[in-house]
Amino acid sequence: MKAKFLVPLLLFFALAGFLAFGLTLNPREVPSPLIDKPAPAFSLARLDDPARPFALEEMKGQVWLLNVWASWCVACRQEHPVLVRMAQQKLVPVVGLNYKEVRGDGAINARGMALEAETALAIERAQRWLDDHGDPYVLSVLDIDGRVGIDFGVYGVPETFLIDGEGRIRYKHIGPITPESLQQVIMPKIEEVRRAG
Amino acid sequence: MIPELGHFALVLALVLALVQAIVPMIGASRNRLALMAVGRPAAQGQFFFILFSYACLTWAFIQSDFSVQLAAANSHSATPLMYKITGVWGNHEGSLLLWAMSLSLWTVAVTVFSRNLPDAFVARVLGVLGWVSTGFLSFLLVTSNPFERLLPAVPDGRDLNPLLQDPGMIIHPPLLYMGYVGFSVAFAFAIAALLSGRLDAAWARWSRPWTTVAWVFLTAGIAIGSGWAYYELGWGGWWFWDPVENASFMPWLLGTALMHSLAVTEKRGAFRSWTVLLAISAFSLSLLGTFIVRSGVITSVHAFATDPKRGLFILALLVIVIGVSLLLYAWRAPKLGGGGSFSLVSRETSLLGNNVLLSVASASVLLGTMYPLFLDALGMGKISVGPPYFESVFIPLMTPVVVLMMFGPFLRWKDDDLAKAVRKVAPAFVASVLIGLGTAYAVDHVSWRTVLGLSLAAWVVLASILLLVGRITERAGAAMGARLRSITAAWWGMWLAHLGVGVFIIGVTLVGSLEAHVDVKMQNGQHAELAGYTFTFRGVRDADGPNYDAARATIDVTRGERAIATLTPEKRLYLAQGMPMTEASIDIGPFRDVYVSLGEQIEDGSWIVSIYYKPFISWIWLGCIMMGLGGVFAAADRRYRRLAAREATVAANQRVA
Repeated sequence: MKAKFLVPLLLFFALAGFLAFGLTLNPREVPSPLIDKPAPAFSLARLDDPARPFALEEMKGQVWLLNVWASWCVACRQEHPVLVRMAQQKLVPVVGLNYKEVRGDGAINARGMALEAETALAIERAQRWLDDHGDPYVLSVLDIDGRVGIDFGVYGVPETFLIDGEGRIRYKHIGPITPESLQQVIMPKIEEVRRAG
Repeated sequence: MIPELGHFALVLALVLALVQAIVPMIGASRNRLALMAVGRPAAQGQFFFILFSYACLTWAFIQSDFSVQLAAANSHSATPLMYKITGVWGNHEGSLLLWAMSLSLWTVAVTVFSRNLPDAFVARVLGVLGWVSTGFLSFLLVTSNPFERLLPAVPDGRDLNPLLQDPGMIIHPPLLYMGYVGFSVAFAFAIAALLSGRLDAAWARWSRPWTTVAWVFLTAGIAIGSGWAYYELGWGGWWFWDPVENASFMPWLLGTALMHSLAVTEKRGAFRSWTVLLAISAFSLSLLGTFIVRSGVITSVHAFATDPKRGLFILALLVIVIGVSLLLYAWRAPKLGGGGSFSLVSRETSLLGNNVLLSVASASVLLGTMYPLFLDALGMGKISVGPPYFESVFIPLMTPVVVLMMFGPFLRWKDDDLAKAVRKVAPAFVASVLIGLGTAYAVDHVSWRTVLGLSLAAWVVLASILLLVGRITERAGAAMGARLRSITAAWWGMWLAHLGVGVFIIGVTLVGSLEAHVDVKMQNGQHAELAGYTFTFRGVRDADGPNYDAARATIDVTRGERAIATLTPEKRLYLAQGMPMTEASIDIGPFRDVYVSLGEQIEDGSWIVSIYYKPFISWIWLGCIMMGLGGVFAAADRRYRRLAAREATVAANQRVA
């Protein structure tokens, strides 16, 4: 066996090594710089009572999830039954961040729309959606212009943030929550945070 | 019931694949004809069961049986029949079944067209194909059962991805898979030859038509895929260097190298170990492509829903198939010895040069595709590699390929006089550079890319003419008809395919440098101008289809006073998935396409319209058609049949003796 004829085999094994390692990585997952940092403070109108603002501090002392959703988001519909089941089992409190309900929807043209009109439309659409599909949230807040979303580094809906009792972001889940990811990733993380806290 | 039958047929096919993998191999090593003879019926039976299984799955789609998970996820009761049928392969499980079916179809073709090959050799080839098939059928059954039930059934399905509901998608995947998988035959021939130690001109001659036919399928499949991207994605691009496109392009590049390398091995006995390595690598890259698409290690617009379990299984498959083959290569190749010697100036050298360049090109595509993964794995951050990398690597690699491609045929085998050969082509070469410069100047776009592209195209065309004239005047004195008849189909194939490359370059160059594009806001009766054409917006009306709602615009295209076309681009909303789609409308012409796609509607009732002017873009596909036809001619050459008949006689005589 001459050495040079082994070169293709060795090259292939190196490639296979990378591929094997690649299976453990998720190319879509961009690490969030916010992990283990305090969640950006916000105060937003509640969906069920727009006159009452909700602030981050109100959840102090609890481990909870902030789930970014919108009625126009197709993938949200996919994860929604999982959230509803979670709520039924009272696994963890989930706060909904309704993200750009009106202006995020490609089918609606929100340019030139007054903020009051946009807010009213957003409340109507979001509430109807929750009535249709079930409301798993302890409450939802309205991020009409998406500014809080920007603070949280949201670049796609749905996304879910795990926040600990001291208001720090401990984990970020990108894309819809599936029963598998809930069981294998998110619940263990919650347990871990609860134990630590 | 029917899905269960399909599932069961798949299990039977796996059993037969194992029989085909083991029994003929034992027969070949012990020289038992009875055992070797098991290969053919096993392969044919396996094909029958896979076909049956595939028909069962198609039935579930046609009948809208939404208790079958795959149908529920990829079909809908309102989907047109055609897309119910093609929906079968618009997903991971179904496309894998299609993969297995085309492998089986190729295997059956081998059983039919190998009557003249030695029994032991055929037995080994079928054995190797049986192992590959075993791997893929177990992958299907273990991780990706297409007949998985969904109980209780859902009232209606989620429909096929609207992007795939397009005529191009009806034939693109089957052609591509026939090409991908077709390299398995050349691969099996190479492994069988390594096993038997008989790696000679006969082996190369047997492999050649199989390789060429697989290459033709792959060429057609890639060309149709790129055509689909052009008119379906709505922004007029034709190649995106997407990882999945690259996954089909890498085996194509190596397959091209393999075809040419086989020619040298057949004619001159040279490059044997190199040819074997190419045969193994071309198929390995097909497998790697399958892995890339299905494992999720690399992001791509084409990626199927991914699952790490599947990724692990197919990686294991990859390591076994490629690892064992390369190990066998490392063990046996050193004993092959060199072939006929040749001097520096010879047709062999030019073919070797191009083979190396094509392999480097393929490796650089592989590098670009895998680079994000490499960096990520080494913890050096996340990046993506885009067209600028591929273009800057490809142009310098392909330029010498094209120059050599037209120079090689002027050289004699073994040894030639460089001065004489150069004298033959030098005027054409100089003329091409002048034509390139002149044309670029004439179309008022003098950039180095345009000049280079047009010069290369002119070189291909001029050298093709020279070659044809030379070939016809070779036999001076004979009648013209006799002279033309004396040219073999293989030679015409080579000539046409090489000319096709030239046509392809013209298309790529001119569309790259002269295309024009505007996005305009249009209302009823408004005009827009682009490249001398006037576009008049005639309003939008509803044009709902069976499973979508659509708004269809009417746009009149005129040039001066002359009416050119009426274009009707659509904006569709596919109901089951709530997915919006843009259907472009194109007026196709021999020298230019006019391409219109409809964007969003804005507040005052006007629409955003994207208008493209694409000069010579259809030449890209015309070039591909010529290359493919060239391959068909080459594979159909009479001498394969003549030699096959002669070998059959020899073999029969030997048996009698």
